[in-house]
Amino acid sequence: MSDSTTNRRVRTHVTCTVNGDEVDFLASDDTSLLDALRDELGLTGAKEGCGTGDCGACTVLVDGRINCSCLIFAPEAEGSDIVTVEGIAEGDQLHALQQTFLEGAALQCGICTPGFLVSAKALLDQNPDPTETEIRYALAGNLCRCTGYDKIVRSVQEAAVQLRGASR
Amino acid sequence: MTVTEDRPAYKWVGTRPIRHDGYDKVVGKARFAADLNLPGQLHGVFLRSPHGHARIVSIDTSAAEAMPGVKAVVTGDDFPELAAGDPERDTAINLMARGVVLYVGHALAAVAASTRAEALAAAAAIEVEYDLLPVILSLDESIADGAPLVNEDNRTAFSGSDEPSNLASVTPLERGDVDAAFEAADLVIEREFETSWVHQGYIEPHACVVDVGADGKADIWASSQGHFRVRSQTAAVLGWDTARIKVTPAEIGGGFGGKTTIYLEPVAARLSEKSGRPVKIVMTRDEVLRATGPAPGSKARIRIGATSDGELTAIEGWIGYVVGCVNNMAGFIGAMSVASYKFPNLKLEAVGVLTNTPASAAYRAPSAPQAAFAIESVIDEIAQTLGLDPIDVRLKNAVVEGDPTAMGMPHPRIGFVECLEAIRDSDHYGSPVPEGAARGIGTGFWFNIGEQSSATVNLNEDGTATVITGSPDIGGSRASMALMAAEELGIDVHRITPVVADTESVGFTDVTEGSRATFATGMAVVNACRELVDELKARAATIMGVDSEAVDWIDGAAVAEEHDPLPLDAITAKAKGTGGPLTVTASLNAGGAGPSFAVHCCDVAVDEETGQVTVLRYTTAQDAGTAIHPSYVEGQMQGGTVQGIGWALNEEYVYGEDGTMLNASFLDYRVPVASDLPMIETIIVEVPNPAHPYGVRGVGETGIVPPMSTIANAVNRATGLRISALPMSPPAILAALNER
Repeated sequence: MSDSTTNRRVRTHVTCTVNGDEVDFLASDDTSLLDALRDELGLTGAKEGCGTGDCGACTVLVDGRINCSCLIFAPEAEGSDIVTVEGIAEGDQLHALQQTFLEGAALQCGICTPGFLVSAKALLDQNPDPTETEIRYALAGNLCRCTGYDKIVRSVQEAAVQLRGASR
Repeated sequence: MTVTEDRPAYKWVGTRPIRHDGYDKVVGKARFAADLNLPGQLHGVFLRSPHGHARIVSIDTSAAEAMPGVKAVVTGDDFPELAAGDPERDTAINLMARGVVLYVGHALAAVAASTRAEALAAAAAIEVEYDLLPVILSLDESIADGAPLVNEDNRTAFSGSDEPSNLASVTPLERGDVDAAFEAADLVIEREFETSWVHQGYIEPHACVVDVGADGKADIWASSQGHFRVRSQTAAVLGWDTARIKVTPAEIGGGFGGKTTIYLEPVAARLSEKSGRPVKIVMTRDEVLRATGPAPGSKARIRIGATSDGELTAIEGWIGYVVGCVNNMAGFIGAMSVASYKFPNLKLEAVGVLTNTPASAAYRAPSAPQAAFAIESVIDEIAQTLGLDPIDVRLKNAVVEGDPTAMGMPHPRIGFVECLEAIRDSDHYGSPVPEGAARGIGTGFWFNIGEQSSATVNLNEDGTATVITGSPDIGGSRASMALMAAEELGIDVHRITPVVADTESVGFTDVTEGSRATFATGMAVVNACRELVDELKARAATIMGVDSEAVDWIDGAAVAEEHDPLPLDAITAKAKGTGGPLTVTASLNAGGAGPSFAVHCCDVAVDEETGQVTVLRYTTAQDAGTAIHPSYVEGQMQGGTVQGIGWALNEEYVYGEDGTMLNASFLDYRVPVASDLPMIETIIVEVPNPAHPYGVRGVGETGIVPPMSTIANAVNRATGLRISALPMSPPAILAALNER
C-alpha cells in the first residue's frame, strides 16, 4: 500500500512485548518483523542470512514458539510476546546455553549464534532431557557454516545437564 | 591429542579460555557490518544482468534518477578504466560491468535512495539495451576449438601472448620419466573426475557502510577477511590515494576465502560521494549466490602406476579448473597442491578455464579439494586392487621432510606420516565396521602462507595489556593472540584485550587467508611481546638499581638476585618515572609457513532405495604444529570437514542453458544441517613448525580437502561404485546404482 503522491508506504502502528518490555513502532505492511526489530527497535541480535526462512539466523520466539522473523510481517506481531537473543539472559546472568556456548567454543564467527541460542532455548524449555538426535533435529533449521555443529550440539547437551541440575 | 615432539611446558598456550569476543556474540551485541547504521544513511542496491553474456548497447538511468527518494545512480562510466595488466582491473570489471556483462548477476548499475524499497524500484526503472553474445557455461565448451570468447579482455597468464583466450593459465609440471615408469608398473589405474562449483556459504551476506566526507575522505565499515585489502582495492578501483580511505573491520560472519576480495565498497563510496550521504549496501542471499564466490568446478583425468607391493611410481594427468568470467590462479594453485606422495615420476598439467559464470574466489584450501578427490580416489582403488590396507599404501609413499613438492621445492618438517599413524591407531579405525556400513580413508593438505602482519602491544598502567592487530578474526584468532601474549608476558590471558584495529590504528596487515593469522600475525605479537619484556627488564633494573643483564623475566615478574620479584603491574605503575609508556610495535613478512596435513576416516551407509548416503561416524587427524587454543583448532577441523561433506554429498550450482543459476537460495543450495551429521571426532597431531616461536602451522585450510575422497572411498566399499562426479547426491547415487 502506498500514498501515490509521495510513494511513501502507509505505516501501521504495532504494539507488542519484546524481551519483557512493551514496545511500539510503525511498520509498513511489507516490513518483516526482523527488519522492525533491527531498524525500528535497534535490536540487531537477530541476523538476516537469507531472508527466505532457510538459515534460521533471524530466529526469535513469538508467544513461546520459534519463528524465522524474516518470514513474519511486522504488523502480524501486534499483541504478541517476542523474545530475541537479547532477552534470554537474566539481567547480567547469562543463560546456561550462553555460558556453555562460550565454554564449549560453540561459536566461531558468531553470526548464526543468536538463532541457535533461541532455537536451543525453545527446545530445552519444552524438552529438558533431549537425546543427541532430538537436539540435531531441533536445530536443523539453523545453518552454521563454521563449526560443523559438533560443539553446538555438545554445548546444548551440557546446558541441558546444568538446567536439569538447577531445577532439581 | 597426539604430541609427537618434546616441547616446553606452556602455561597458557594449549589451554582453552573463553574467547574475548565471545560474550558480545552470545548476547547479540557483536556488531557485524549490517548492524551498523549512520545518521542520514541511504540504501544502495545493484541492477544486475539477466543475461549470461551481452554487450551493453546503452544504459538510460534518467527515469530512475527522477524517482522518489533517489539520491544517486552510478554505472561503469562512474569509475576509471584501469589499464590492461593492472592487478585490480578484473576486480573493477567484476564489481561494475563496463561495456559487456559476463554472467547472469553481473552488476552494471547501482542506486542509492532513502529507503531500500525506493532504491529497488529505481533500479528496476533503469533501461538497458543489450546485444546478446554466446554464453559459455562448461569447461568442454570453453576449450573446444573455435569456441567463442568468454571474456575478450582475458589473456592467458604467463603465456606472453596478447591474444584473447578462454584459458586463464596453463601450468605443466614434470619430473622423471612417466612413460618408462608406467611401462614398468605392475598396476596402472586411470580415471576421470568432475566436481561442481560450490559456494563458501558464509551465513552473513556481504555488507558495508561507506561515508565519503566533503573533504573527499572515505570512512568504510565492512565485513571482510582483510580490511587493508578492502582499502587497497577500493583505492585502485576508484583511482584514489590510499590515505583517503579508512576501513574499520566489522565482525565478520564467515568468509572461508570468499571475503578476500571486494564486491561493494567502491560502489558505495561513489554513491556516497555523489549523494553527499552515507550509503549502506547489504547483499541478499540470492545476490551472494549469483554474484560472489564460488569455488571453481573441475574436471580431471588422473593415471597412477604402482608396484605390486604398493609403491606409487608415477602419476600423469590433467586437471582443469573452471574459474568463471575473469582470470585467476586457481589452475596454478591446483598444480601446487599435488604434493602428498613421493611419486618419482610425475607429469601433470593444470589449467584454468573461463566460463560465463561468476568470478570464482578462494574457498578454504583453494584448488586442493578438486585435485585430492581425484588422486585419493585412484590411490584407494590401487590399494583395493592390490589387496593392501589403504593407510599402509599411503604410509609407504607419504612425503616427509626433504621430499619434493610438485613444484620441486623440498617439503619442510611436516606431519603427514604422524597423521596417518594417528588414524591407523585411532579408536575409530580399530573398531569393526558397523553392520550395513562401509569405511573410507582420504587425505589432504595445504601449504599455508605467511605474508605481512603488524602488531602493537600496549601495557596499561595497571599491568593489563592491549594486543592490537590488523587480522580480522574469522575463527577465534583473537583468543590465540591473547594466549601467545599471555605466555610471553606471564600475565593472565583475561588481563589482555585483543583488538582488531582499523587501517589507521595499526600497521599494514595482509588478508586473513591461507591459515596465516595465528601463524604470521601471532609471530608479530610474539616479537612485540619479547621486545616489551626486554624493556620491562630494563625498567625493573632501573627501579631495583641493578644492571639490566642481572634481571630475568619469570612468570610475569622481573627477578634479580637479592631483590624481591617485581611483577609486571609494579613496573607499569612506575612507567612514567622510568621512561614513559610501555608500547612496542612489531611488523614482519613471515616466512616458513608450515604445511598442515590431515587424514580422515569415515563410516557411511548407502540407502540403495533412495541413493541417500548417511555419514555414521567421522574422525579427522590433522597436524596443527602447536594448537594454541585447542578448542578452536578442533573447530577449524570440524568446520572444514563438514564443508567438505557438503561438497561431497549435496552442494552444487545448477545452471539453466542461458546461464541463470536455478538454485540460488539456501533451500535449494543445500549446505549440511545438524541432523545430517554425526559428531566429528578430532585428533590434533602436533608436529611443531620450526619456523614459528610456538610451532604453529595454521589449521583453517586443510580440513576441507579430504572429505570428498574419504566419503567416495567409503561409498565404493559400500556399493562397489567408483563415484567419479560430485556431489554424490541421492539422484546421482541412485542413477549409478541403476547402471551398476
